[in-house]
Amino acid sequence: MVVDELLSTPATDKVFRALADATRRDIVRTVLVQAHSVSALARQYPMSFAAVQKHVAVLEEAGLVSKQRRGRESLVRGDVDRVRDARRALDALELLWRDRVAQMDQILAEDP
Amino acid sequence: MPITRVDKDLDAHTMTVVAEYDAPVERVWQLYADPRQLERIWGPPTWPATVVDHDLRPGGRVTYFMTGPEGEKAAGYWDVVEVEAPRRFVVNDGFADDTGQPNPDLPTTRMELELAERAGGGTTMTVFSTFASTDAMKQMIAMGMEEGMREAMGQIDGILTEAA
Repeated sequence: MVVDELLSTPATDKVFRALADATRRDIVRTVLVQAHSVSALARQYPMSFAAVQKHVAVLEEAGLVSKQRRGRESLVRGDVDRVRDARRALDALELLWRDRVAQMDQILAEDP
Repeated sequence: MPITRVDKDLDAHTMTVVAEYDAPVERVWQLYADPRQLERIWGPPTWPATVVDHDLRPGGRVTYFMTGPEGEKAAGYWDVVEVEAPRRFVVNDGFADDTGQPNPDLPTTRMELELAERAGGGTTMTVFSTFASTDAMKQMIAMGMEEGMREAMGQIDGILTEAA
């Protein structure tokens, strides 16, 4: 059943936790456009290499980015589908309100 | 469709829906102030709502349950925060257990609804929703409502296509 399936996947929760941080959002935006090495990313932010590495690890855990070995560097790239997935709850709420607005309209149309 | 605007803020977990009606503000307010009308708008078409208690006053509570296509029930409640009849109310919408008691382990969604007179008559409704947390968003999906909503959207699209 849909409900059980969704409850057993903590994916949405992880995604939102990962995207709650401004630096991490920026990293996702950056690597969605083009894959970057962690050291290239680290140069873009006023923080240590280790701190950026930690942010990348959180994003990786959430499935928002993936790392790929390239020589002695790891290239970080964005996973577009997962970012879209984060929209699902808001999309669901939008659909709910579209129904409500339409149902309000129906009742109002019954007025003499 | 009377919806004129939908804004979603993925970072802030908020959504704004703006809709316009020809009916006056007092009439649109009744859709929420009257439990028998509220239950006809609150649930998706495949999950009709039944309003049990309805005390739309600050500090009051509205309780409801929705019944799914296979008879499954999903109960919820509003904790009423602010009411300025007939223009505005603010509630925290939460999940309840089988007996209708609020489930404190599940997060709430804050909903601010405002009605304003349109120039030339009619009403503009603005609904501003804020998910309390990532858990609130997950629960929203997990309640299994998404399928029903998608189905309903398909129906509306079908009607719009026919009308064109």
